[in-house]
Amino acid sequence: MRTILFLIRKEFLQISRNKFISKAIFAVPLIQLLVLVPAVTFEVKHIDLCVMDFDMSAESRDLIGRFEGSPFFGVKYTTWSEDEAESLLYSGKCNAVINIPSGFGRDLARGNPAKLFAGIDAINAMKGQLAWAYLNGVISNFNESIISSGMQQAKASVIPRTEVRNRYWYNEMLNYKYYMLPGILVILVTAIGFMLAGLNLVREKEIGTIEQINVTPVRKSQFIIAKMVPFLIIGLADLALGLTLGKILFNIPFEGSLLLLFLGAAIFLVAVLGLALFISAFSSTQQQYMFVAFFFMIVFILMSGIFTPFESMPLWAQKFDLINPVAHLIKFNRMVMLKGSGIGDVSKELLLLSAIAILFTTFAVRRYRKTA
Amino acid sequence: MKEAVITVKNLVKKFGSFVANDNLTFEVYKGEIFGFLGANGAGKTTAIRILSGLLKPTSGEVTVAGFDASHRPEMIKKHIGYMCQRFSLYEDLTVKENIMLYGGIYGLDTVTIRQKTNDLLERLRFSGYADRVIAGLPLGLRQKLAFAVAVIHEPEIVFLDEPTGGVDPVTRRQFWEMIYETAARGITVFVTTHYMDEAEYCDRVSVMSEGRIVALDTPENLKKQYNAESIEEVFIRIARPEKAMID
Repeated sequence: MRTILFLIRKEFLQISRNKFISKAIFAVPLIQLLVLVPAVTFEVKHIDLCVMDFDMSAESRDLIGRFEGSPFFGVKYTTWSEDEAESLLYSGKCNAVINIPSGFGRDLARGNPAKLFAGIDAINAMKGQLAWAYLNGVISNFNESIISSGMQQAKASVIPRTEVRNRYWYNEMLNYKYYMLPGILVILVTAIGFMLAGLNLVREKEIGTIEQINVTPVRKSQFIIAKMVPFLIIGLADLALGLTLGKILFNIPFEGSLLLLFLGAAIFLVAVLGLALFISAFSSTQQQYMFVAFFFMIVFILMSGIFTPFESMPLWAQKFDLINPVAHLIKFNRMVMLKGSGIGDVSKELLLLSAIAILFTTFAVRRYRKTA
Repeated sequence: MKEAVITVKNLVKKFGSFVANDNLTFEVYKGEIFGFLGANGAGKTTAIRILSGLLKPTSGEVTVAGFDASHRPEMIKKHIGYMCQRFSLYEDLTVKENIMLYGGIYGLDTVTIRQKTNDLLERLRFSGYADRVIAGLPLGLRQKLAFAVAVIHEPEIVFLDEPTGGVDPVTRRQFWEMIYETAARGITVFVTTHYMDEAEYCDRVSVMSEGRIVALDTPENLKKQYNAESIEEVFIRIARPEKAMID
C-alpha cells in the first residue's frame, strides 16, 4: 500500500512538471465543451429552397408564404427555369426544389386534388428525411386551412378525426445540447484515460526508466494501480469541470444523483485505463500504442450511440457494444443527468461497466511483464 | 571458506537461434568486487540481466542471494541493487524525489529515507543539487546518484552495468571510491566495464568472448598466466586473438 502511494506521488510530480500536459488537462475539456456541444447537432434548421411557381395564384403565394414563415425553411431562389433549379440543387446552393405547376390554384378552387413536385437533396439521408418531414408538415397545415375554409363556405358537418397531442419527456424542448453534453463528457473522460495513461507507460519503456522499476520488488498489480489512480483522479476532476461548465454555459439540467454519476464514471475510467495499460503493455513505442489505441477509441466512440441511435444499429453491433464501455457510460450519463434515473434503473449499465473494468485490468496486470 | 552469493552453473541464454550466453559457470563471493569484462556484444548485459531477475535463463542453474533465478526472480529483486547501462532514474524528478521514490519502493520507513537522503547528499557533496531536476545535471553526478539509489536499501549484491561509460577520469576515480566503500560495507559488487584500468581494481575478473567465459581469476594471476603487463594486454590476447596476431 505504501509502495503504491510513493508511486502515485511520483506520477503526480511528473505530471505537474510537464508544463504542457498539466495545462492541457484543464484546457482540453474547456475547449471541447465550448466547441462540440453547440456544434454537434442534428437539428436541421435552414433548409434552402428553390421555388418554381408556374401558377402565380393566390393559393400558390399562400403556400410559399408558409414556407417562408417556417423556421426550417428559407426561400432562397425563385426561378422559372427547370435547368437553373436543377443546377442549383446539383451545386448544393439549395437543399430542395419545389415546383408548383400551373393550374395548382385552379384545381384547389374546384375541389380537385392539386399536385406539386418537391425534389430533395438527400446526400445526407438524415437531413433529407427531416426536410421531407418538415415539408409535409407545412403542406398538411396548408391542407387543413383549405379544408376549414372550404367547410365554412359549405357549412358542412364536422369531420371526425383523431388528433395526437405529444409531449417530449425528459427533454421537452428537444434541446440537442442537453442530449449531446452528457455524451461529450464521456468522450472527454475517454480521451484522458486512453491517451494520458497508456502513453505514460509506453514512454517509460522508451526512455528506459521502467527497467529500474522492473528490477525492484514492486508487484505488477501495485505498478498498474499506481499508473491508474492519478489518471482516474484527473478524469473525475475533468468530469467535475465539464459538469460545472455545462451548468454555467448551457444550463444543462441535472436530475439525478451526482454521487451516482461519479461512481459510474469512476468504474468506466478503470475499464478504459485497464484497456489502455493492456495495450501499452504490448507496445514498445508510443507510435505503436497510438495506432492501436486510436483504433479502439474510434470504434468505441462511433459505436457508442452518441451520434446515432443505439437501437438503430444492426443486432451484431448492439451485441458488440456489450464490451464497449463508452456505450454504457453514455447511456448511463443521459439517464442519470436527464431522467434522474436511480441506481436501480442503471444497475445493468453499472454491472456491465464493472465487469469490463475487472476484465481489462486483469488483462493489463497479467500482460505487464517484469521479466522478459 | 569463501561464501558464494552468486552461483551459476551451465547457464545458457538463447534469443531464437542466437546464443548470447553459452554455458557459463562461475561463482561470486560475498563482499568481493567482481569484474565482468568483454567486448561489445560478448553477452555481459544479458548475463547481468539474468542475474538480476530481468531475463529468464533458457537453461542452467542460477542462484542469486539464495534464490533461483528461473523460478523466484522477484525474491532476488528484494536482495539486489541494479544500475542499468542506460541512465534510468526519472529525469523530471529532483535528486531528493528520486531517492525518496526508490527508498519507498524498497520499503524503507520515512525516517530512514530522510536520514539516508541527508547522508547521501552530504557524502556525494550533492547538497546544492538536492532540489534540482535530474535533467539538468552533468553525467558524472547522475551516475553517482544512480549508484547511490541502487544501494539505498543495503542489498546483498549490487549489479553495475558499465557504470562509468562516458564519464570523465576524475569522476571515474570518485565512482570507484564509492565502489570500494560499498564493498567495505559487505555489499558484493558485480561490475561490467570497458575500461581495462578499472579491471585492475577488481578482486577477481572474468573475461567474456562470444557468449563464453574465457578467463576468470585475480588480475595478478591473469597477468602472470598470459605473461602480460596489464589487463588490457590480457584482454586483447584472449578476447580478440585474431586481432592480437594481426597487431
